[in-house]
Amino acid sequence: MIRVKDLTKKFGEFTAVNNISFEVGPGEIFAFLGPNGAGKTTTIKMLTTLLQPTSGTMEIDGLDARRQANEVRKRFGIVFQDPSLDGDLTAYENMELHAVFYHVPRKIRGERTEQLLRLFDLWERRNEQVKLFSGGMKRRLEIARGLLHTPKILFLDEPTLGLDPQTRNQLWTHVKHLNQTEGVTVFLTTHYMDEADRVAQRIAIIDHGKIVAEDSPQGLKQQTGADSLEEAFLALTGSTIRDEAASSADQMRQFAKMWGNRR
Amino acid sequence: MSVIYILWLRELRRYVRSRAQIVASLGQPLLYLVVLGFGMGPVFQKAGQGNYLQFVAPGVMGMTVLFSSVFSGMGLLWDRQFGFLKETLVAPVPRIQIMLGRTLGAATVAVVQGLLVVVVCVIVGFRAVHLQTVPLALLFMALIACLFSALGTAIGSTLQNMQGFQLIMSFLVMPIFFLSGALYPLNGLPKALSVLTSLDPLTYGVDGLRATLIGRQHFGVVTDGLVLAVVAALLLAIGSRLFSKIQV
Repeated sequence: MIRVKDLTKKFGEFTAVNNISFEVGPGEIFAFLGPNGAGKTTTIKMLTTLLQPTSGTMEIDGLDARRQANEVRKRFGIVFQDPSLDGDLTAYENMELHAVFYHVPRKIRGERTEQLLRLFDLWERRNEQVKLFSGGMKRRLEIARGLLHTPKILFLDEPTLGLDPQTRNQLWTHVKHLNQTEGVTVFLTTHYMDEADRVAQRIAIIDHGKIVAEDSPQGLKQQTGADSLEEAFLALTGSTIRDEAASSADQMRQFAKMWGNRR
Repeated sequence: MSVIYILWLRELRRYVRSRAQIVASLGQPLLYLVVLGFGMGPVFQKAGQGNYLQFVAPGVMGMTVLFSSVFSGMGLLWDRQFGFLKETLVAPVPRIQIMLGRTLGAATVAVVQGLLVVVVCVIVGFRAVHLQTVPLALLFMALIACLFSALGTAIGSTLQNMQGFQLIMSFLVMPIFFLSGALYPLNGLPKALSVLTSLDPLTYGVDGLRATLIGRQHFGVVTDGLVLAVVAALLLAIGSRLFSKIQV
């Protein structure tokens, strides 16, 4: 379903993703794990046609993600890591916009919107502007919106960031259900290792833009002799914190990009 | 089609909900109208140019549409900041439709804002000379709005964050306004200024508004309309090209 070969993305001197290759089969739940700034989001942005890679190929459902971008976009849904709602619109209007974007037939539109808003406990407040919502509610709406159309592939970029255990549970139950009943392929990133352990069938660990391990959760634990996935993760990526370097690189990137100087 | 419509509707919904902003954006036109309009009046009259309020009102309408449409077009920057842009860019929809929906929405908002200023103008004492050409004035407003919304979208597509906003204001939008002849007649200008004003698309917009509202023209309605339409089409093409290349 997803086939990535020798994918590289450079921002100037900084190599965010360094020559990675992997495959995700149809109907598989695949977790992409890594410390902050390891290149997870950059990879997702390239797979979802938001960013052009420096080199390498990406195939989504047999289509070239670079050249057939619009066809590819029809095949996936995504829940972004950072907010992507329109705060001036109401929850319902945000859902409506998404439904129109993804050509959800009018009849199904209302039905599914209600079902999802109820599932994530937002139905009562559907007519309120999103900017009045709390962080958790916004997050829930993002997820509900991402599930509104039934894509072939669902990208979840740290979907549970800042959610309470109840909602996390709700989300993963729903995702697993979609995976089992509709055969949706799931590509997810998360910092909660227990989630990855629970949901994912296969895990790739990325660090400094390179894939350092790829196996089933069980296999990763065996490989490192660890009891939990968290230990295995730390054994593979070390325990130094590297957020700082990544965020200053981010700022540099931001600065370089200010005048549309895209590299 | 429905994608264009829903994005157009979005711009309108956002506009209607920002009441404070609507009121605030009437402040500047009101200052130009009342303070300049009555302040410059006597001098203008003595120079044999007639009533300055009558003269400046179409200019203020043009200014309002200019500012409003550039701002709405550059709303793209806010969408980038708040992340909504990503949601539109991953949608399986041709980007030209997204760009058109946004731009038409921005243009509509600008025309509505322009009409509010027309009401203000009438309250202050402005009177259109030829009522039968008033619909034509509306067309000019729409052309100005389309042109500058497209410009706003084009700029919004290239700028990556809000830091460039002030630069655009001081070195593009304000010059467009001051060089447009919104505030002064175009005849008898120094050569350099005369050339600059004729390069400014808003000049033709204001001239068209003046021609249709108070029957005073410099280039003529046909020239005005043609120049506006061509430049608007050009900017729409450039805007959609730049928009389709956005990466986030």
